[in-house]
Amino acid sequence: MIDNLIINTVLIHLFTAITQLIFWRKTVTQRILSVAGCFFGLVSAIRLFYKVYNQGILTMNAANWDAPFGIVFVADLFSSTLVLLTAIAGISVSIFSATGIGRARMLYGYFPIFHFLMMGLNGAFLTGDIFNLYVWFEVIIISSFVLMTLGGRKAQLEGAVKYMAMNILASTFFLTGIGILYGLTGSLNMASLALEVPKISNQALINITAMFFLIGFGIKSAVFPLYFWLPSSYHTPPSAVAATFGGLLTKVGIYALFRVFTLIFTPDEFMKGTFIVLAVMTILTGAFGALIKDNIRRLFSYLIVCHIGFMIGGLGLYTTLAITGAIFYLIHDIMVKTNLFLIAGLIRQLRGSMHMGKLGGIYAAYPKISLLIAVVIFSLVGIPPLSGFWPKIYLFNASFASQQWFYVAAILIGSIVTLYVIAKFWAQVFWKDACDDEIIVDNFQNLSKFKKGLLVVPILLMASVSVYIGLNAEVIIQVSTRISNELMEKTPYIQAVLGT
Amino acid sequence: MELLLVFLIGVLYAAGVYLILRRSMVKLLLGIMLFGNATNILIFLLGNIVKGKPPIIGADFKVFQDIYADPIPQALILTAIVISFGLTAFAIVLLKRVYALINSDDLDDLNTPEEEDI
Amino acid sequence: MRSSILQTASQYLLPILLLFSVFLLLRGHYYPGGGFVGGLVASIAFVLHSFANGTENTLKIVRYKPLSLIPIGLLIASLSMFMPVLLGLPVMTGLWFEEPIPVIGMIGSALFFDLGVYLVVIGVVLTILFTISQNTH
Repeated sequence: MIDNLIINTVLIHLFTAITQLIFWRKTVTQRILSVAGCFFGLVSAIRLFYKVYNQGILTMNAANWDAPFGIVFVADLFSSTLVLLTAIAGISVSIFSATGIGRARMLYGYFPIFHFLMMGLNGAFLTGDIFNLYVWFEVIIISSFVLMTLGGRKAQLEGAVKYMAMNILASTFFLTGIGILYGLTGSLNMASLALEVPKISNQALINITAMFFLIGFGIKSAVFPLYFWLPSSYHTPPSAVAATFGGLLTKVGIYALFRVFTLIFTPDEFMKGTFIVLAVMTILTGAFGALIKDNIRRLFSYLIVCHIGFMIGGLGLYTTLAITGAIFYLIHDIMVKTNLFLIAGLIRQLRGSMHMGKLGGIYAAYPKISLLIAVVIFSLVGIPPLSGFWPKIYLFNASFASQQWFYVAAILIGSIVTLYVIAKFWAQVFWKDACDDEIIVDNFQNLSKFKKGLLVVPILLMASVSVYIGLNAEVIIQVSTRISNELMEKTPYIQAVLGT
Repeated sequence: MELLLVFLIGVLYAAGVYLILRRSMVKLLLGIMLFGNATNILIFLLGNIVKGKPPIIGADFKVFQDIYADPIPQALILTAIVISFGLTAFAIVLLKRVYALINSDDLDDLNTPEEEDI
Repeated sequence: MRSSILQTASQYLLPILLLFSVFLLLRGHYYPGGGFVGGLVASIAFVLHSFANGTENTLKIVRYKPLSLIPIGLLIASLSMFMPVLLGLPVMTGLWFEEPIPVIGMIGSALFFDLGVYLVVIGVVLTILFTISQNTH
């Protein structure tokens, strides 16, 4: 079914960015445009999700070229769910940026670049063409480079050099994989690749190609051996930028892994084993890294790495149950991780520091905000009714069923370390008395009520989504189960794209 | 021709890896560029090189009469070149900023101790 | 370093190269050429001029900041991309006028897309190169 609705979110962000470029250096107009653009993006994403949920997979052949030859955009439930989550995270970050980002950065084009980034994210989720996916990835990394370096402090440049080198390398690996795949099958359309790849007689070469994709996406989503660029760069940009990166950029890598390794390649025993090993190591390194960090954004960066492992493990188990759990975890993680970095930005506004040693006494000064933050970090840890709890149950059940004891142990260790780290964070930042010798720079107090609202409302919005995910888990489980069925059973996808 | 390209790709990858492993940031960038070029030639090679057969249908015909060079790998390479052009330009500006800030090309001089975090 | 041969030559080469870039832009749909190549040739023309006469003098000729070409080009390209949606066709479908126009030939949305690309490429290349060269001095 041909439908232009698919591409709407991409177009909305594109036009928002262009209009903002026309209003170059008019920061107030840009802020209003940004929030308006994100709002329309959200509306369009909700419409897309609703339509896909009710009518099944939608496709759109760009430029009216038929499917295996032209570029096709496909919205199945997985894509449209991620587009919806991106829209929610996007509007929160956009509102937060209105006060959370300095004026100097806005003058150098923070908002247009942010919208190009959002456009790239939406495009990457919606495309059904593997080379087009590469192009969207490049859109994402070019805009993220600019966002990362805006401001140009030394620490930021250090992070940016590492980030840049690793991400360009990842893209090169990805491109190599695409090249080999094209040489083998003569197709770039993912649905047609899904049909062609099993027919290739030289399956060893297919496995090597799959490894190229694994390395490429693995670097992007910070999987074990090549994760180090993430904790050494995500603590440097402004918190609103870090929120977009932490919540969404690594998850695009995860999305691509899930898409490619369910649709195009079917992991054999060796590949599944590799995934499990990578997942276990990712969880452990992330958890141990988080244990020793004092800066709250470095801490959250390691937690990102740790929790990426949960999802990779779900893919490695490769059962419907495990993938359901991993998808649920993905949904929960996008909301919570974006929110965590926004919270870090808010704490910076409250106290002028992000060092746990220098912070303290926030609970006494701002009890309501502290309770709001408590909801978020409880759902991160997975205190039962909140959102982090349910996906872990699924992953647990699935790994028991597959008898992957190391992965079970890793989930346990990862969860316990997360609990410990978050408890430490809570005690140090909120409950501990404020340090006497440190000068507290409270920018928050002097802000007008409207600006305070701009900082708190996005956190509230995303926290309420987290609470909704936790309390109405049966809805999310239903969605995740449908997604994992769609991923494991690829015939409907292929039929929708190729029309046969 | 194929064999020549295979060797060329190998040399480019090897040189790229060697340069990426250096500490100098300019060499890092050069290594990444060589890596990208090696990948582009790899795609070109995998697209089955055909000499002197452009993918153009003659004016009197409706379909191809002969084997023809596949245009898609070239389109992919062109896109990849355009993208890497943008990335490289950005990376050069970034490295210039770094050089202006720390007056050195060595990655180790860029390290920021954790105590300086905000 | 100022070379009077290069300076004189660039005076004449600038208009010729710009004309050539427009030629490349217009023939791009069926023959080698197109917006990207045309844009590169046009920006090379300005870059050559700036090599010969210094970046400041080239900026005087251009008058507007090259950066301002980017939104204009993007707007043209994305409007031509968006046009078919209003007619109920998928995004980026080629729309063509019935009658060919002398000299230029068939006009369609692809030409406007290429025009947008042309402007964006000039804007981006000149912005980057001028930023790099201005910081050096």
